[in-house]
Amino acid sequence: MDVRSTEPELRALMMAGLDGDAAAHKALLERLSSQLRAYFKGQLGRFNRGPVEAEDLVQEALISIHTRRHTYDPSQLLTPWVYGIARYKFVDYLRRTKTSINDLPIEDAEEIAVKDDRTHVESTLDLNKLMAGLSPKVRQVIQYVKLDGLSVSEAAARCGMSESNVKVSVHRGLKALALQITKEGADHED
Amino acid sequence: MKTDQLIDMLSTNVEPVKHGQLGKALAWALVIGGAASFCVMLATVGLRTDAAGVSHFGFLALKVLFMLSLVGVGTALLIKLIRPGQDGRKLFTFIFLPFLAAGFAGIVALALEPSAAWHPMILGTQWVTCLYCIPLFAISPFALLIWALRKGAPTNLQRTGAIAGLVAGALGATAYAFHCSDDSLPFIAIWYGAMVLLCAWIGARLGPRLLRW
Repeated sequence: MDVRSTEPELRALMMAGLDGDAAAHKALLERLSSQLRAYFKGQLGRFNRGPVEAEDLVQEALISIHTRRHTYDPSQLLTPWVYGIARYKFVDYLRRTKTSINDLPIEDAEEIAVKDDRTHVESTLDLNKLMAGLSPKVRQVIQYVKLDGLSVSEAAARCGMSESNVKVSVHRGLKALALQITKEGADHED
Repeated sequence: MKTDQLIDMLSTNVEPVKHGQLGKALAWALVIGGAASFCVMLATVGLRTDAAGVSHFGFLALKVLFMLSLVGVGTALLIKLIRPGQDGRKLFTFIFLPFLAAGFAGIVALALEPSAAWHPMILGTQWVTCLYCIPLFAISPFALLIWALRKGAPTNLQRTGAIAGLVAGALGATAYAFHCSDDSLPFIAIWYGAMVLLCAWIGARLGPRLLRW
């Protein structure tokens, strides 16, 4: 994929998303997910890892891109920022799985070339399990605001919290989810 | 979980992002960390008591200048290091300039004196105090810097940790300068320089553990 041609478009979506445009943010994450998938599959192919691991990494990177989007400097290009995160997550993945990097049989490598259909691949991450690791209050807020799609003021009314409290809880909750994924990966492989 | 599910979740109720959060966190870490460092100095060894003449203030200014130049370059580097895709490689070389300048000044000062005078110039009267005070004073700014850096997304944890250690060490040394009664250029270059580098080394060791995200 020619990265240069997509840069202005992705950057415009990112800027709109930073200003709170949900549709632009969604479009951005969708576009980035296919770029990230290609990147991780390419990297993992060298280590005989399959599409499921790639999907784990795609999701981990997407959550990080979302929760760390305030680290993007609008005066800079977006693509290096995205790949900076992707590379970091990949290196982190290699580090926490280093003991078993050559354990998988070679056949898996061929499978990557064959199975390239993204819609059929699910990651090993289980949202319900990850949610169970959050505090009840934060879990409830994430459920309302992020899964049921209630507005912040509706969620605030239902939980009996202030709106700014709800916003802070959502932000913390997503960060905690991202952290859990990293930890789960580590537990998984150690 | 399917990736589409995750994207749906992440893009439901997207909050606008406030600009400048990272810069603010770093600025607070520096200000409060520096102030805490100074308070620890006051509470432990206290201000210098023999200071009176103009030359004392001259040396104090030199020490503070050496250390604050490190704080300045280090902070500029940290601002880059917490943003993925920016490694600040060009800036990285500037971090060595204050050390080179101090080292050069120290060598010139030694060259101007007979070698019999070198011993007190290098060791001063309380190099041992310097040895434990600077790392001790660096602890609170280091903790605050780590807190601020964790709000960002550093991708080179070792380097980010090293620079955080360096900046914290330099803030600790700035506080120590108000106690230090050793007025000689070689002393400043060797002991201040070495202690700041030690803090940077400790920071590099701790970085990957403390800054992981």
